[in-house]
Amino acid sequence: MNTSKDEILNRIQAALCDVPPAETPDDVPIAREYRHDDSSQHDGLIDRFAERVSEYRAVVRRVSSSELPGAIASSCAARGVRSLAVPTDLPDGWVPEGVEPMPDVDGGLTNAQLDVIDGVLTACALAIAQTGTIVLDGGPGQGRRALTLLPDYHLCVVRTDQVVDLVPEGVERLFEAAQARRPMTWISGPSATSDIELSRVEGVHGPRTLEVLIVDL
Amino acid sequence: MRVSLFITCFNDTIFPRTGQAVVRLLERLGHEVEFPEEQTCCGQMHYNTGYQREAIPLVRHFVEVFRDAEVVVSPSASCVGMVRHLYPIALELADDPALAEEVARLIPRVFELSEFLINKLGIEDVGAYYPHRVTYHPTCHSLRMLRVGDAPLRLLKAVRGIDLVELPRAEECCGFGGTFAIKNADTSMAMLGDKVHCILDTRAEVCVSADNSCLMHIGGALHRQRAGVGVIHLAEILASTEAETA
Amino acid sequence: MGMQLPIVPFPEAAKLALANTQLRRNIGKATQTIRAKRAKVVDELPDWEALREAGRTIKERMLRHIDKYLVEFEASVQLAGGVVHWARDADEANRIVAEIAHRHGTREVVKVKSMATEEIGLNAALAAEGIEATETDLAELIIQLAGDRSSHILVPAIHKNRAEIRALFARRMGLDHLTDEPKALAGAARAFLRRKFLSVPVAVSGANFGVAETGTVCVVESEGNGRMCLTLPKVLITIMGIEKLLPKWQDLEVFMQLLPRSATGERMNPYTTFWTGVTAGDGPREFHLILLDNGRTRVLADPMGRQTLACIRCSACLNICPVYERTGGHAYGSVYPGPIGAILTPLLLGVENAESLPYASSLCGACYDVCPVKINIPEVLIHLRGEVVRHKQDHPGPRDLPSGESLVMKQMARVFESRKLYEWAQRLGRLGQTPLVRRGFIERLPGPLAGWTTMRDAYPVAPQTFREWWRNRP
Repeated sequence: MNTSKDEILNRIQAALCDVPPAETPDDVPIAREYRHDDSSQHDGLIDRFAERVSEYRAVVRRVSSSELPGAIASSCAARGVRSLAVPTDLPDGWVPEGVEPMPDVDGGLTNAQLDVIDGVLTACALAIAQTGTIVLDGGPGQGRRALTLLPDYHLCVVRTDQVVDLVPEGVERLFEAAQARRPMTWISGPSATSDIELSRVEGVHGPRTLEVLIVDL
Repeated sequence: MRVSLFITCFNDTIFPRTGQAVVRLLERLGHEVEFPEEQTCCGQMHYNTGYQREAIPLVRHFVEVFRDAEVVVSPSASCVGMVRHLYPIALELADDPALAEEVARLIPRVFELSEFLINKLGIEDVGAYYPHRVTYHPTCHSLRMLRVGDAPLRLLKAVRGIDLVELPRAEECCGFGGTFAIKNADTSMAMLGDKVHCILDTRAEVCVSADNSCLMHIGGALHRQRAGVGVIHLAEILASTEAETA
Repeated sequence: MGMQLPIVPFPEAAKLALANTQLRRNIGKATQTIRAKRAKVVDELPDWEALREAGRTIKERMLRHIDKYLVEFEASVQLAGGVVHWARDADEANRIVAEIAHRHGTREVVKVKSMATEEIGLNAALAAEGIEATETDLAELIIQLAGDRSSHILVPAIHKNRAEIRALFARRMGLDHLTDEPKALAGAARAFLRRKFLSVPVAVSGANFGVAETGTVCVVESEGNGRMCLTLPKVLITIMGIEKLLPKWQDLEVFMQLLPRSATGERMNPYTTFWTGVTAGDGPREFHLILLDNGRTRVLADPMGRQTLACIRCSACLNICPVYERTGGHAYGSVYPGPIGAILTPLLLGVENAESLPYASSLCGACYDVCPVKINIPEVLIHLRGEVVRHKQDHPGPRDLPSGESLVMKQMARVFESRKLYEWAQRLGRLGQTPLVRRGFIERLPGPLAGWTTMRDAYPVAPQTFREWWRNRP
């Protein structure tokens, strides 16, 4: 018997003596009058996403699907990236010539390896235009969390059909992943701190550079 | 309309000119003003300082004085805020459902002066004349408790001859806060210092407000500094006319 | 050990803080900057008020049925492979953390910034057990290395400038050539902490939200130190106040809009991690969740104070508060400073242990307007002032005499109850002030009112009161 649990629950019951015993949670109304989606805004959706990601000082480019491999190649070349950590289920043909892919087979890449690798290339679960957020949920092409955390450079590919407008749309779509107990990371720009005189510094512990390629289908 | 004036204790005692101005203004607008002489204090100072049991008889007294009024109008946002927002909470301590019911019936008839003019009477131009450079300090309780919004500003903008200048950081508290000014005198004065600074920056001749409690605090500092800037209650500007000035 | 009690009454602590002009400048600049950022991103949302109301009502539902949601949450976490512990107070929570650390044979843990762990004094408790807790949030690290105290919920080192931080890092990290550029300072912290993230086997975190429905726990952060701690160590211990619950996953759609905009004034914070128990092949192999009471059920028992438990620790109320802006956080003597601290501290500890805090406010109401979950802070402050006075009146010590204030207040209440006494007092005041009035003002008041006239002249009783004028009107 967990006595601390019993005691806390007893304290709660005593504390809530003003709540009628017959009241259920559903008897306490929740006002959900906020926007769940905004169809009037859908026109500039992708542009808005791109704009808001770039406001976090992440690098953003829009490319067609045929241009994608070339875009990945030029991004890597520009940074002198020679090896990329990749999840094992990354779509074929993304890793360009001249860059060595290091697939994370069964989570085989060690933290020490990831710490020194040039970068990481992943897909994402979805993206939210309103806030310029990319969500990773360990689904296809994303890999485990350490993969996108330790390398100093994260190149992330977002398909236009993965972009939703508002936060509520994104949260709704992620319910399945939550139920499946998949860990999730929401990323809005590179890591940052404003702890020193509120002056913003990009890149503290996560990847110091985030680059987003938006692929038009 | 027959208006019962709730003057408030400190206006009655320290700032009688404000009450006189309210009477002049409302009568000029064609209303009948009565002053129930049994009135004293709404109990705000007691209640907000924690002497809440002691405030209950004052709530009862207020209700007894004003229960039959058609409308109650007061030149103090803070005291109206007490009646409207805190009386119902205060009465949870009293265990007097009959009094609570009377308070609930009375509250919709109690107005702060600027909201009475703008919202209840629907007048912006009260025919006032005031040829001075003026800056307006919105008090916290008028702004965030009564939510009078821009009612005082709309009234001021319609005053003839006025040179209304915007006060920087207007919505920030002046640091009065009732007994806060005594209990936390140092912090209160730090806030007051910044407020006075902003007022002086406007180069206004007077600072106007809808509450003499804040003005007593601000005006006290301006006077101490011999700043040459005065304070005035909104009612006094609205009551001024060309005839008087001439 | 437990939550520290404020030792110095607020007015005295504030007086010291106000005298420190550098501190006042730092805090003033910082609060005004964040304030403006917040206003900008809040104004961008046409449905902000609806979101606030949703946030308030979700928390209200949760709090009125918190026992049910706690049991549901526990079951969800257990089903996902997490171990759930219940801690009645700080000591119990600290003991659980120490035991887990000992079991894994570590002398060191890494920490994500967390108000709950600060509240329970975890670092000191672990130190007493021979375990070193390293703070990994940059500001917390600065505070820890300096042996200082936090002055803000969100940016705890807000009172320190770059030169002070450079000197500190140079000394404690052995970096002689460090510049005071924020980028260089952040880089030094990155290198210093990276070694820890890769080697320390146990991490301790707090939680921003826990979802009863799914067992998901959430940490909202900026720097990535949270992700490091939540992902790399083998063992993760999360200490969560019981009030951090949300009933449903869907509720996050409200709070993930309210929190970042209110806290740092961003549309979204750089990193948020959501995890549910243990996931094979991804992250810690062992997850312990400690559900912390430590006074929260005491807050819950106060129907007026209960709303305080809706707080999501965004610190918007600190940034807008004209008192906090001038005194800074240390004056509150609590890990929870500012307007929220002025109500939460006495509610958690009992008003008798934090008597001056409910008075540390001018009741201007700005905090209520910015609160993302609509905690009516002024209303709770006033309620707690009543509790302070009632406690004193009902529990007089054996030799306690009623205070001067109490006598005056009671006397004044009696005067205000009767028109006759009131008018008599007006006349008496006018008579009594005669020697003090000079050219229409009083420059020095006696006794307890003397504070008024240190910087302000006082207005005297008018030569003719309003009612006297009214009576003599033609």
